[in-house]
Amino acid sequence: MTAVATQPEARAVRDPSRIEGRRVLKVGTLAGVAMIYVAAVGLLDTFNARMIISPILSLAYLLFFAAPFLAGRVFTKRIELEGIETKPATGADVGAAALAGLIAGLMPALFAWAVNTFPDLRSTFPGWSPQMVDLLTLGRGVAAAFLLLPGISAAVAALGAATGLLSKRVQKALAAGTFTVIGLALFSVVVDDFFDWFKALPDFLYPNAGAMSILSAAVSFVVAAGLALLLPGRVPKFTTGLASEDGATRRRSTLIGAVIILVIVLLVPRFLGGILNELLINVGFFALMALGLNVVVGYAGLLDLGYVAFFAVGAYATGVLTSPISPTWDPMLSWWQAFPIVLALAALAGLFVGTPVLRMRGDYLAIVTLGFGEIVRLLLLSDWLSPYFGGAQGIRNIPGIPIFGQEVNVTTPVLMVYMVMAFVALAAFISWRLEHSRIGRAWAAMREDEDVAEAVGVDTVKAKLTAFITGAVIASFAGALFAAKVGSVFTNSFEILVSIVILVIVIVGGMGNIVGVLVGAVVLIGVLGGPNQPGLLQELGEYKLLFYGALLVFMMLKRPEGLLPSRRRQQELHQDEFLQDAWLDRSPMAPGPSVAEPRGKDYEF
Amino acid sequence: MTTLDELPPAVEEEKARERRALRITWVDLFLWGIRVAAIIVILWGLIGSIQAFLAGEGLSAQGWRDLIISSLAQGCMYGLLALGYSMVYGVLGFINFAHGEVFMSGTMVGFIAANAMFENGLWTANPFLALFIVLIVAMVTSTLTAVIIERVAYRPLRGAPRLIPLITSIGMSFFVQYTFAGLFGVGFSTYPQAPEILAGSLNILGLQVRTTQAAVILIAILSMIGLWYFVTKTRTGRAIRAVAEDKEIAGLMGINVDRAIVSVFAVGGAMAGVAALMWSLLFRSVNFFTGFFPGIKAFTAAVLGGIGNIAGAMGGGVLLGLFEGVGPLLILGGLGIPGVSQLKDAVAFVALVLVLVFRPSGLFGERLGSEDRV
Repeated sequence: MTAVATQPEARAVRDPSRIEGRRVLKVGTLAGVAMIYVAAVGLLDTFNARMIISPILSLAYLLFFAAPFLAGRVFTKRIELEGIETKPATGADVGAAALAGLIAGLMPALFAWAVNTFPDLRSTFPGWSPQMVDLLTLGRGVAAAFLLLPGISAAVAALGAATGLLSKRVQKALAAGTFTVIGLALFSVVVDDFFDWFKALPDFLYPNAGAMSILSAAVSFVVAAGLALLLPGRVPKFTTGLASEDGATRRRSTLIGAVIILVIVLLVPRFLGGILNELLINVGFFALMALGLNVVVGYAGLLDLGYVAFFAVGAYATGVLTSPISPTWDPMLSWWQAFPIVLALAALAGLFVGTPVLRMRGDYLAIVTLGFGEIVRLLLLSDWLSPYFGGAQGIRNIPGIPIFGQEVNVTTPVLMVYMVMAFVALAAFISWRLEHSRIGRAWAAMREDEDVAEAVGVDTVKAKLTAFITGAVIASFAGALFAAKVGSVFTNSFEILVSIVILVIVIVGGMGNIVGVLVGAVVLIGVLGGPNQPGLLQELGEYKLLFYGALLVFMMLKRPEGLLPSRRRQQELHQDEFLQDAWLDRSPMAPGPSVAEPRGKDYEF
Repeated sequence: MTTLDELPPAVEEEKARERRALRITWVDLFLWGIRVAAIIVILWGLIGSIQAFLAGEGLSAQGWRDLIISSLAQGCMYGLLALGYSMVYGVLGFINFAHGEVFMSGTMVGFIAANAMFENGLWTANPFLALFIVLIVAMVTSTLTAVIIERVAYRPLRGAPRLIPLITSIGMSFFVQYTFAGLFGVGFSTYPQAPEILAGSLNILGLQVRTTQAAVILIAILSMIGLWYFVTKTRTGRAIRAVAEDKEIAGLMGINVDRAIVSVFAVGGAMAGVAALMWSLLFRSVNFFTGFFPGIKAFTAAVLGGIGNIAGAMGGGVLLGLFEGVGPLLILGGLGIPGVSQLKDAVAFVALVLVLVFRPSGLFGERLGSEDRV
């Protein structure tokens, strides 16, 4: 009783009328370091050509000034902790934010000065060129930068802080407007290509050589923000509906989602040009692999870092079985004849990888699977096995997929898109059925606590092997399609980076959630691209992996359950908070529900 | 008096457990199959190599000796790297996947120092001072990288399920890699030629040893002595051992747990910095991807020696170095497989798989904290 009563005093509540010097300095310095980072790593150069609003804002500066903006938001963010809310932010906080922005802006100015004064640095850091200094100083020279950068970032930080003073609803509308503009700018190629039949829209949106003008950006901002203000809660209702506890609501939301996706999937490829269909095919491959990995990681909780090996097995098996010039042995089956054999081989591979690791603890399993992935790649590449797999030459002349007398390969992108989509749908269906089956419940039990699962009679050997085999088979779908589409397979398509990217897709999308994984694949592969496949942000190049790495860290720190989490996973990962909430809900006087109950209530079996 | 048919329940239970332990499943058979196959392959290869050697084919005796010594030197480097994995795992219970990048940062920034000294002549004028400066720069860089990574990525995750920090460290690994790629470019940088004094070879007990390799082995021995002193004799070392044993109780005893954990990362980073100097002596060329494979191999070494076991990490490193250096030629070459040098990494990964499958507690025994013992 006393403990509960004294809690508010015990927790220091921020006094809004006082500007805290140390906090300002800390946040400002961090934001400044982030700004220097963006410049020093070369992102300014890379993204400068990608205009968001021509001619005033490029993606480079959007990234650059995101740091002070977010730093500013820190000052007016309301935190609710254990039922106690910090006092509402005031104008003083905006002032503090501006000060932090000032400090932040000084740092890149100093950096620009340093790079300009010591040109020798360039011999070690090739990116620190006069051109970068020019971009960093907004083309106005180093001296002016000492005024400009702190000024602008102080203003941006104050703006960021000011948004925190607005009501939640207005904030959401502003965010909707901002993200719409950024999205329209990033997806300009898609919009342009899709509205081929209604040229007026892209012509209006992108008047400046494929980039938005101030006018079109302003109009789309207002439209999006207005829609968000006038139609509150529609989209959130739909997304929360997907995770709703009420079966009928969830089914309805799922149905709506499925219909929308189906319509898009059936219509879109017809309207798209070659490049975008190519992109869609790549998205499909990664979606397939992510669905497969989702079974292994998301359902069964086995962290597989060498998942690409099964993709390689699928692709190479298809190559050897169908290609007329595969070395040593060429049965020259058609794709459909080879397919069942490929699946069987992949299942065998899954069994072979799965069996030795059965008794291993989770983190060792991750490293061993990584080892397996690399062993497969190195063997395929080696001279030793080159009589069978072609070594560095790979396998070429792999025929396409014959359907209705037509051959589906790289020359028929639209058909290929449908083909890949069909397999994605099949994989999604398989995982959906498995998730809610007996084996799916066994996986969930095993994932939460292997010993307990075993104790209550779950056959963990069978459950683990089924997960590995299912995952391997789904990856081999992707492999077989990949071989037929590209027409040749080389080992550099099967590097460890592919495994990592698939893992990021699963984690960002939401472990254990099919819709989340699909959305993750579309967004990540669509925008950033795969390790060897460009996405819409073609400039990225090798920076892709920088973003993937950062995303992985960010998600693990802030939202380990992913963007569209599976309900159950979320509970597992936030058990502490969940129990804490349950504890808070309990009135201190009356004997409330026990702590364990809310958790038990949600079990599906 | 108890008769046979009224055994106390504890004995019954014991018997039941024994029966269960004796039950052999097909999984056991499969694993035994792999064991037997591995042994047959190794023996077959050994016999083939010995036959070839006796017939005067392949490497000469001198060639084998050189190969063993160079593998030993490389193994010492793996051992120093393995210390970082081992200590972090012993204290926090997760694989710090980004440790290879800690090492890589040392090699890259050490290169800047080496290059600068080469240009102003110190490298040739006073090679020992120059190498010492490179060592200090590499150690400071690696330590800083390790500590920053701990602060940013791992500290907020104290107490999270084991796989969460592992995934975070994978993300961190790629983030650091490509940050360095952005800063330094993706090409290889090559350290200046080793100073004159280290260029030749020494005659140690009748063995011709290249001076760089001898230096690497000597540095490894010195660092191990330093580390042993630090861990067993200093206050911080005692705190680290206490925290490794049990974080909660160490905290109750007035030990600053966070500080002890930071010092674990710092020591691991410093050792990675020493390993970075070794890399510069042995291989000379570095780029942003330098740390990835040595990192995974060093983790293998850490497990081989018994994770959490400091002396074991060094032993595991030396063994793995030998296996990786000599194995391909000795075993695969003996089997008549062409292009064995391509399979060097594959051999290391096979070693990794076999060690983790058959001897996950390592050769010298693992030392884990109370929460991580399984």
